Amino acid sequence: MLNTFVAVLRRDLLLAWRGRADVLVTLAFFVIVVCLFPFGVGAEPNQLRAIAPGVLWVAVLLSCLLSMHRLFAQDHADGTLEQLLLSSEPAVVWVGAKVLAFWLSTGLPVVVVAPGLALLLDLEQGALPVLVVSLLLGTPILALLGAVGAALTLGVRGGGMLLALLVLPLFVPVLIFGAGAVEAELSGTGAVAHLLLLGGGCAGALALAPWACAASLRISME
Amino acid sequence: MIAAERAPRASLFRFAAPQAFYPLAGRLAPWFAAAALLLTLAGMWLGFFVAPTDATQGEVYRVIFIHVPAAWMSMFIYLVMAFWSAVGLVMNTRLSFVMSQALAPTGAMFCFVALWTGALWGRPTWGAYWVWDARLTSQLLLLFLYLGFIALTRAIEDPRRADRAGAMIALVGAVNVPIIYFSVKWWNTLHQGASVSLTKAPSMASTMLAGMLVMAFAAWAYTLAVTLWRVRPMILERERHTEWVGAVLEAEGAKAGGGR
Repeated sequence: MLNTFVAVLRRDLLLAWRGRADVLVTLAFFVIVVCLFPFGVGAEPNQLRAIAPGVLWVAVLLSCLLSMHRLFAQDHADGTLEQLLLSSEPAVVWVGAKVLAFWLSTGLPVVVVAPGLALLLDLEQGALPVLVVSLLLGTPILALLGAVGAALTLGVRGGGMLLALLVLPLFVPVLIFGAGAVEAELSGTGAVAHLLLLGGGCAGALALAPWACAASLRISME
Repeated sequence: MIAAERAPRASLFRFAAPQAFYPLAGRLAPWFAAAALLLTLAGMWLGFFVAPTDATQGEVYRVIFIHVPAAWMSMFIYLVMAFWSAVGLVMNTRLSFVMSQALAPTGAMFCFVALWTGALWGRPTWGAYWVWDARLTSQLLLLFLYLGFIALTRAIEDPRRADRAGAMIALVGAVNVPIIYFSVKWWNTLHQGASVSLTKAPSMASTMLAGMLVMAFAAWAYTLAVTLWRVRPMILERERHTEWVGAVLEAEGAKAGGGR
């Protein structure tokens, strides 16, 4: 079982490395979305500072969503997914590996870039660690929930938009607690409660989402 | 796949077979429709002519006779939808999926009505059509969940896959509804304190309550009638290759003078 997990993880990471351009596009999208906000709301530093946590988190959601449909699409197209489903290994194992690889290749780079962008928006430097921790706890939830949506919309016409409609409402709690953590830190009330809730959500998603995702893949591939 | 289950004749489970449910739905729907009409008329009469004017809000409050039942119903329908989805996934009954898909548009409609009437009430009372209050926001997200469900089941061509995918997303949504509700509630209290509270008048006149309850029953009856009516053509469409559908269509065609 562990062998399967590691093998699928290595394969997916290798594929992500070979197709680095995709990852870079996601990152560029993230950067551009964040940079659009000052043009929209004006470059007044106080205002930017106030909206910075929310803007960063919304941009994370969107860039995560944009790359989400890639999670299973290629394997679906070349038949790998079918073979994986036919194999005797429990689907949860390799689904978990694929989601982990996805998070490592798209979630983690976004988390790494986010503090730099936070400085662009003049977010206080004291809040940067909280921002990073909240993203580290929150982006896995996005990847896990998004994987269920990606599995359900596999090969459906208009899949990208549909995926957005399906998963964005489910992302709202993550957005609330993620951006809330940073804002709580800035306002001095402490971010612990928000981070604990995010951690709880992460644990819950980890416990439930892989099974839901595996079941969804079965439904889609029938 | 022909629905000729050998279930015991006396059991209610007999109606899990589309063949048995189709005529039952046809027989029940007009009764529920009539009940809905009567209850709506009674509720409207109670609400608009009998119930007293509210001491603090004036006449505006009368929107609750539509607003509150619609909001109740929109939440309840999502639960029922998730229930039938779970039943469908576990027991593999085709009718359950049809049921949950027939419920979704009505749920979305009630959700929208609740939001719309809420906005109309909010303008004179709060001075704004929309406030990012916890209840409003979670109701809006519920509407998105409904739309997602409907969009997903309509986008997938293969009905079997559409059924199961829809059921899956309904269940994922049902797990998330409490999380969304509480997160929005906490977010709201963190953001703007208790600037707006939806607390009702401390004691409600009994005629107000009666009007609201009658309207709630009207909403129930309407939902049942519409859902049963919506289920019937869905059953026919899915079972169109079976003999009994042919027989039903012939019989109905003969009754309508061969016109249909």
